[in-house]
Amino acid sequence: MTKQHNDTNHNDSLLRFMTCGSVDDGKSTLIGRLLFDTKTILADTLTQISNTSKKRGMEAVDLSLLTDGLQAEREQGITIDVAYRYFSTGTRKYIIADAPGHEQYTRNMVTAASTANLAIILIDARRGVLTQTRRHTYLAHLVGIPHLVVAVNKMDLVNYDQAVYDKICADYLAFANEIGLAQSKSAEGNDISFIPMSALNGDMLVDRLDNMPWYTGETMLEKLEAAPAAHSEHEEPFRFPVQFVCRPHASDNHDLHDFRGFMGRIQSGTIAVGDAVTVLPNGYTSKVKAIQLGEDKLQSASTEQSVTLLLEDEIDTSRGDMIVKSAEVIEPVKTIEAFVCWLSETPLSPARTYIVRHTTRESKAKVGTISYKVDVNTLEQQASTDLKMNDIARISFKLAQPLMVDSYAKNRSTGAFIIIDESTNNTVGAGMIV
Amino acid sequence: MTTTKQLNHKPLSHLDWLESEAIYILREVAGQCSNPVLLFSGGKDSLCILRLAEKAFRPGKFPFPLMHIDTGHNYKEVIDFRDQRAAELGERLIVRSVEDSMQRGTVVLKSPDEPRNKHQSVTLLEAIEEFGFDCCIGGARRDEEKARAKERIMSFRDEFGQWDPKNQRPELWDLYNARSHKGENIRAFPISNWTEMDVWQYIEREKLELPSIYFAHQRDVVMRGGAIVPINVPLTNGEVINPPKAGEEVINMQVRFRTVGDITCTAPVISDADDVTKIVLETATTTITERGATRLDDQTSDASMEQRKKEGYF
Repeated sequence: MTKQHNDTNHNDSLLRFMTCGSVDDGKSTLIGRLLFDTKTILADTLTQISNTSKKRGMEAVDLSLLTDGLQAEREQGITIDVAYRYFSTGTRKYIIADAPGHEQYTRNMVTAASTANLAIILIDARRGVLTQTRRHTYLAHLVGIPHLVVAVNKMDLVNYDQAVYDKICADYLAFANEIGLAQSKSAEGNDISFIPMSALNGDMLVDRLDNMPWYTGETMLEKLEAAPAAHSEHEEPFRFPVQFVCRPHASDNHDLHDFRGFMGRIQSGTIAVGDAVTVLPNGYTSKVKAIQLGEDKLQSASTEQSVTLLLEDEIDTSRGDMIVKSAEVIEPVKTIEAFVCWLSETPLSPARTYIVRHTTRESKAKVGTISYKVDVNTLEQQASTDLKMNDIARISFKLAQPLMVDSYAKNRSTGAFIIIDESTNNTVGAGMIV
Repeated sequence: MTTTKQLNHKPLSHLDWLESEAIYILREVAGQCSNPVLLFSGGKDSLCILRLAEKAFRPGKFPFPLMHIDTGHNYKEVIDFRDQRAAELGERLIVRSVEDSMQRGTVVLKSPDEPRNKHQSVTLLEAIEEFGFDCCIGGARRDEEKARAKERIMSFRDEFGQWDPKNQRPELWDLYNARSHKGENIRAFPISNWTEMDVWQYIEREKLELPSIYFAHQRDVVMRGGAIVPINVPLTNGEVINPPKAGEEVINMQVRFRTVGDITCTAPVISDADDVTKIVLETATTTITERGATRLDDQTSDASMEQRKKEGYF
């Protein structure tokens, strides 16, 4: 390995995280500060936002403007969507999903959470654990984010008082216990951690500064650098949904006449040449003959790698099938039970048929029963027969085609699906299989 | 009690992860769309995508043709490179020209030297209709411009090619929805999550060849409105465009291009980076964003990219 170039070249992993909070909690300032202190913000962008700050009559440069998005949103003075930001430290590249934290935007938070491996939950030190804190925590948990960092922000406004911080941590843990979060998380090897900070001043973000000598834990950036990057940190069964079948027989290369490559991204687990595999739902069995990535032939491959699998036997396989290890076969199912977040302005209609997309497979689906709705603020279960935008409910579906599913708690890829409205082709719901 | 077994494999490096994601997106397009096309300009981002398409589909042919919307005002070096690369890959290249739209009368320039970048939208939509494409794969990245930060991986455009920021499909997990009705269109962006730095690092790692104008070279320029403007630029048809205006001082300086587009709206930067390694270093230490110093068309207003996208621009 040659090391002739700059440090930013050596990002040896990638972490996706999200921030939960409202502008009032200093969320935009937090993101702006991370981008600014890691030198991601370049001079012309800074000039642009400092001009805008002045235009709006502000004295200091408003770092929150960095995450200020579209003209359509600026006109309304709100953020209506998930924005993605990037920075890198030299050891790691980061993708931040920035979603508005307001109650109406549950769907945006769920969207942002779906790809995040860590969530920063912002609490205003002056206000403590609020309803929205409970909502953010519940949603982060529902969507299976394994690492939660509770950031007690605006410590500068409470004189950097440790007692205030300690009380908020205790309150939060009590609440987490109440919803069974602390226990279940630790059993899965997941975690909640706390940090006092001031995004405005930069305390405990990238630099420690010297206002809180009583806090000896990691800074925010240290936490981000240390969090496990892998989509899943535990050994999971091998799941390989077939995306595309490569059969170049039409080409004039005779060597490729019998080539049949199953292309896809490993959603979980590992596979090696020689492993016995089963193709679902049909149940054909074979062995892995070769694993290819571009021109490279691999002996083994693991989670998140996009590869091409070649099997020993000629098996009729197409997009939507799933290759698993023969020792880890799952039974295809035609009914599923799931927590669904409704994303569309048009409410769910139990009379209609929808399309469920699960991995690379689609099936028509009808609503079976709506067990209950969850109030995201009180976490109370309410009987319900309908589902509107931003609602979350436990629902069962009947499927026209069998799906190969795991529970979402076990597998965030094979446990997830989206619901598509066939008439508009819009994505109208997101489901997490129980 | 069972204990969870820790993984024994390392997480992917950032480039491996980005590569894998992009391959996955390209294969989703191939799996979901019936008639996609890959937009290929000869620029660095689309060259990365060609490499990713090789990794996604070889030893098969690409399940889509390549297409370039040529403004007629592109750098000769880039056009030559475009043709050479398509031929090397043995893939079909379609070229449609803004000048044809001008002859048809569907593009009308305000003045002969008006930048043609925004008029590409018209020609692109005409080509989409001509071939019935249901998806165009492009090299746009979310870090390029703030109107792109909220762009979907699969971005929905209506029959007029319009991008409505309020009418985009939520994207969860890696479950992309590229469905469309006849006449509608999906724009797919496999390198959405890449930054300029990632692109250069990938070019370095994969040893990709690039058009020569990305590297430091001597060029006649003038200073116009704070930007470096190349003058007397030869086109593929032998014509020479962009003469200096009266009173402008012609300077010969060492420059390179960070982004490549229509000659009249793409400005170079002063640089002595003559190979990829030096460009990676320069990218790490620059103080100006990629489009900030170099795209004259983005500076009209705070929201000019958003405006062009609403009108069907890539």
